[in-house]
Amino acid sequence: MSTLVPTAFDWPSWAELLRVLSLSAGFNTTVVQIGVTLLGIAAGVVGTFAVLRKRALMGDALSHAALPGIAIAFLVAVAFGGEGRSTPVLLTGAAVSGVIGVLIIQGLVRHTRLPEDAAIGAVLSVFFGAGFVILSFIQTLGTGDQGGIGKFIYGQTAAMSLGDALVIGAVAAFVTLAATLLFKEFRLVCFDQEFAGTQGWSISLIDLLMMALVVAVTVVGLRAVGLILVVALIIIPAAAARFWTERLSVMTALAAVIGGASGYLGASASALFPRFPAGAIIVLVAGALFLVSLLLAPARGVLAAAVRQARLRVEVSSQHVLRAMYEALESGRVDDRGGVDLAGLRRARSWSNLALALVLRWLAWRGRIRLSAARAELTNLGRSEALRVTRNHRLWEQFLVAHADIAPSHVDHSADLVEHVLSPDMVAELERQLAASGRLPRYLGVPASVHELSPAAG
Amino acid sequence: MSILVHHEPGRLPSLAAQPEHSPASPLSIHDMTVAYQRKPVLWDVDYTAPDRRLIAIVGPNGAGKSTLIKACLGLVPMASGAVEIYGRPVARQRRLIGYVPQRGSVDWDFPVSALEVVAMGRYGMLGWCRPVSRRHKEAARACLAKVGMEDFADRQISQLSGGQQQRVFLARALAQEAQLYFMDEPFAGVDAATERAIVDVLRQLKQDGRTVICVHHDLQTVAEYFDELMLLNMRVVAAGPVSEVFTADNLRRTYGGRLALLDEAAGALRFATRTA
Repeated sequence: MSTLVPTAFDWPSWAELLRVLSLSAGFNTTVVQIGVTLLGIAAGVVGTFAVLRKRALMGDALSHAALPGIAIAFLVAVAFGGEGRSTPVLLTGAAVSGVIGVLIIQGLVRHTRLPEDAAIGAVLSVFFGAGFVILSFIQTLGTGDQGGIGKFIYGQTAAMSLGDALVIGAVAAFVTLAATLLFKEFRLVCFDQEFAGTQGWSISLIDLLMMALVVAVTVVGLRAVGLILVVALIIIPAAAARFWTERLSVMTALAAVIGGASGYLGASASALFPRFPAGAIIVLVAGALFLVSLLLAPARGVLAAAVRQARLRVEVSSQHVLRAMYEALESGRVDDRGGVDLAGLRRARSWSNLALALVLRWLAWRGRIRLSAARAELTNLGRSEALRVTRNHRLWEQFLVAHADIAPSHVDHSADLVEHVLSPDMVAELERQLAASGRLPRYLGVPASVHELSPAAG
Repeated sequence: MSILVHHEPGRLPSLAAQPEHSPASPLSIHDMTVAYQRKPVLWDVDYTAPDRRLIAIVGPNGAGKSTLIKACLGLVPMASGAVEIYGRPVARQRRLIGYVPQRGSVDWDFPVSALEVVAMGRYGMLGWCRPVSRRHKEAARACLAKVGMEDFADRQISQLSGGQQQRVFLARALAQEAQLYFMDEPFAGVDAATERAIVDVLRQLKQDGRTVICVHHDLQTVAEYFDELMLLNMRVVAAGPVSEVFTADNLRRTYGGRLALLDEAAGALRFATRTA
């Protein structure tokens, strides 16, 4: 066996990379790639509901609690003179003790005052510890064929046989079919379990079915990814998919795609770098896809939110500049060609030099102003927009003074916050209300300001 | 005009089988006691709801109002007692019951649209593994229209205001086409437009012969919105027509020594007697 620390790092050639990615790197590698891809698909589908049901950590408890079951199954098989490493026997043991662990957690939560996270933590670690003790005991037996079972902890992807891959494929097909058939029930219980209860649905039965799917995926994933990391394949693709969509059906499909891609890319990478643990690489690929989703998703992504925020700030600042320029024009503080002195403009509000410079360039680029070194001048387009902006501001100020009992001297700032989001409908309503109270000027222009204008351009 | 979507007779067997004029009360509670962690929350509740009325359950915080509703619905186990819906156990009358839970009881960031939430009201009419058919989707859309939300059908629910979310819950209950509705604080924290929409729906439901039992927190509006009142504080302090039950003495007995609330109650009473 090679050591975990690589003595030399062999970078694969392009030809080798292509060979692996096109599933033609030999029968064994292809079996592993397809098997792990199917595992990722199944985990993504199941994970969507586990995450939305807020039961994702239950999967973690389940996989850790599987360890003593694996060890005991091994001992029982050996005692009966069987082949201790037989996969079906070990996986049965895993499923049984995993489910016992989950049932104990649910019992603790229901019948004691222990919170769920504490119950999960306690049961998970006790079962895992028990598993370790039995494993060490097996090591001392010297039965000779205990080698297979330690692999469940970290997983042994490369050892996947065609039979293993077929089992995973069957589980993936079953899980997808079950999630499609039970889509309505799962959605209802995940969203509003009380309401489901009032309609007479058996919540415990639906939860049991959901948990059975998690058990199936976890157990077949144990050997491939290892019991420590298998939960990552259940949680991460679903969490990543949530960033891209607001529809449950799309989220489920996307989680399957992301899970499958993680499996395929991870298995391919570990075929190219056989010195690294494959389970960890698969999870890292899933983590990378999660990071991409977190950053780049259009509606819920971090970058999109930052861009939206920045755009709003630029919009608000440009409206402030336009209004300041309009007010300078209104009070005649302009030069003979209607230009505003930039130094005066800067004094009109407490904006930084940099922010003002950026906003001015933005307005010039959008054709709202003509900009030179020391002065700025509204274009025709800019003038009509400045008029609209100032009008909205003054209308809102009038409204606040008339109907919200805000002193005219304080109204400027309050108006600032709202006026930028006034829709045409709201402006029309404001006009109607102000007209009703006799505060709307007869002409359709800008009503006079209710407070002294700050000294702008001189 | 009926507020509920009607279907061809025979398509909804259990609704059709239920006589319109059932002789039994919509809800009768016998000696109900409910305890959480051995601490009693409701004690010996006896109540028979009159048919075709709007009924308010009012009481201080922690009086067990929500628990009473949940115990009636079978969501919370009873330590003792029995509940009958139109003369039979709840478990056999699910299709006659509609429910509006408290808005805060679900995660509004869930990936689901307003229409899909309303369609959940139809799930009780569908069997296991049956998808929501076009007919049920149209019924759900019609219920969204009843609460003035048809333009928001495809919105993800987190993009709705609190009042709009409450109206989605109300539309989901309408989609259940029930005879008896339980609503848990539907007026809590909603805007004026939503409050009007809810009141309109309540009145329409009553006109259509349904019964609504509503946990309510606003003493100012009890007399205006409801016909019947149950004052609850672990026990039923008083129950009956609002005109008989909504008295200063009963409110004092319900709210006990809570002075601030007593003042509020007295104010509400003055308000109610002035407008009534």
